Amino acid sequence: MSVKDIKDKTPPRTMPIQSATFSNPINAEIRRAAATGIYDIRGGGAKRRVPHFDDLLFLGASVSRYPLEGYREKCDTKVTLGTRFAKKPIELDIPITIAGMSFGALSGPAKEALGRGASAAGTSTTTGDGGMTPEERGHSSKLVYQYLPSRYGMNPDDLRKADAIEVVVGQGAKPGGGGMLLGQKISDRVAEMRNLPKGIDQRSACRHPDWTGPDDLEIKILELREITAWEKPIYVKVGGTRPYYDTALAVKAGADVVVLDGMQGGTAATQDVFIEHVGLPTLACIRPAVQALQDLGVHREVQLIVSGGIRTGADVAKAMALGADAVAIGTAALIALGDNDPRWESEYQKLGTTSGAYDDWHEGQDPAGITTQDAELQKRLDPIEAGRHLRNYLSVMTLEAQTIARACGHNNLHNLEPEDLCALTMEAAAMARVPLAGTEWYPGKPGF
Amino acid sequence: MMQTYDLQANSLRELNAALHAQANDTNQTSWEIVNPRGSHAVAVGLDAPIEVSVKGSTGYYTAGMNKQATVHVHGSAGPGVAENMMSGTVVIEGDASQYAGATGHGGLLVIKGNASSRCGISMKGINIVVHGNVGHMSAFMAQSGNLVVCGDAGDALGDSIYEARLFVRGSVKSLGADCIEKEMRPEHIEILRDLLNRAGSDAKPEEFKRYGSARQLYNFKVDNAY
Repeated sequence: MSVKDIKDKTPPRTMPIQSATFSNPINAEIRRAAATGIYDIRGGGAKRRVPHFDDLLFLGASVSRYPLEGYREKCDTKVTLGTRFAKKPIELDIPITIAGMSFGALSGPAKEALGRGASAAGTSTTTGDGGMTPEERGHSSKLVYQYLPSRYGMNPDDLRKADAIEVVVGQGAKPGGGGMLLGQKISDRVAEMRNLPKGIDQRSACRHPDWTGPDDLEIKILELREITAWEKPIYVKVGGTRPYYDTALAVKAGADVVVLDGMQGGTAATQDVFIEHVGLPTLACIRPAVQALQDLGVHREVQLIVSGGIRTGADVAKAMALGADAVAIGTAALIALGDNDPRWESEYQKLGTTSGAYDDWHEGQDPAGITTQDAELQKRLDPIEAGRHLRNYLSVMTLEAQTIARACGHNNLHNLEPEDLCALTMEAAAMARVPLAGTEWYPGKPGF
Repeated sequence: MMQTYDLQANSLRELNAALHAQANDTNQTSWEIVNPRGSHAVAVGLDAPIEVSVKGSTGYYTAGMNKQATVHVHGSAGPGVAENMMSGTVVIEGDASQYAGATGHGGLLVIKGNASSRCGISMKGINIVVHGNVGHMSAFMAQSGNLVVCGDAGDALGDSIYEARLFVRGSVKSLGADCIEKEMRPEHIEILRDLLNRAGSDAKPEEFKRYGSARQLYNFKVDNAY
């Protein structure tokens, strides 16, 4: 029988069609939940596609705008944080900071590498839950001390050693939620710093133990300022939920700097359902926050740091064009250090995953030796080399942002403005409040 | 010689700056603050062996993050008194509002009156003695240290407690998740006797019951979620 005969005799039939609603990943999660009875916990930020900086483009200069010469003409990148009340504001060479990540979630060498890279690039790094380590302080020329709900490792000596204080109200990966550091990562040192038994799962509280609302926060900030002689800039970090009101209330409470973290921002560990279904995309946070600052007459006086999914100099430039004074990176910094590197692919496979997708940071088995407290795995990360990589990456991002700013005719990254941008999608146009490409319109624009 | 600060005449900043300027070997060891009138952040961040007497009631975070110093409030204290204290002694003659001794790492906090809700929340080594009663959710997520309550305790005492010890002489309205009554052994009687003595209480250690963690929430499992 010939092929033609077979074709002629096979009756037409419907192709097998996978459900878009009940996709293979969804079905796998249903089966996993059914088998284990517990939700999935993982690290990182939202993996789903959401409107992001990729949905914006710069217009560049033309007849109506005059560009600056690339590499030749000055394009300033410096930023000063904490000019509102602090006697000693932080001056950074670049507007890209390293977000808070804890010793405990990260290894000691990883924290050291972050400090080395950030310091070499002239920017700040940030502590996390669990307190400040001497290594971290020693390797970070500018260190922001997080003041968290759990207060693990919190002490006034470290508060006074810090260059700035960040009161953490929430984070983009889990606004309204606390944290969890599973027992596998509670080494002797981590346990001692947090004043808890070794090997138990440590819960990080979702709200502060000694203040509740914005009126209390104002008094808490007063206390922190009094303890540190009004020297340190005080940041207030919020997850992206109600950015207009949260920013306004942070300003009212006396913040020098507002840190706004969108849902793509990472965490060491929380429920997947939290990461993917609570909070706003970073892109949707910036304009309302800037609006709040403008309405209160403090835009640029109270600085805005935006984080959550910043990857390139283009992202930096876009965030700043929308009104941010600086950005913070966390996940991207870990990738620069070596997280999820394909060189460890065979080991990712053994863990049932693949490079780029590894997110079980809470289990402490990171092949790259970054999100672990395992003594042997930690040795895989050379903090000097990893720090150099981070410095290089920060440098590239800065050069990229400068390239764009010059092309738009600006001699300072802070001169980037919404008018330099257009949007590729309706959603991005609405969120960023910049015109859809080729039009003068965005959804919600007054007068249309 | 006693140094006196009038908080109606001098600013809070001047007061705290003067207290912070005291070194370990200062000979200005005796300080008096008059007219606090509910001021917040009075005598915060001290780090010297000095004695500060506050004549009147204070607002939030009195003696917050204290180290070494003895702060005596002759009145009542607002929320968060002695929060995150590291060492030293803080005594409140009157009542204390919410979160007294929150997250404290060390030292002794004595409240001669009653303490409101969340007394000793997230405590990390501090000793707290309350001559009167404590409100609901006291010792929530308490990690270590001792909370002594000579009166009664409100709802959900010691919810999600870790390794802190709770001693209550009166009634406990309810225990929080994972908090149970525990055997009072001789070493606990000795700890209690010492704390009561240092806190100026004439209560008898034998009159107290001890509460602590059942340690059933220490490792996350689905049966603990609700």
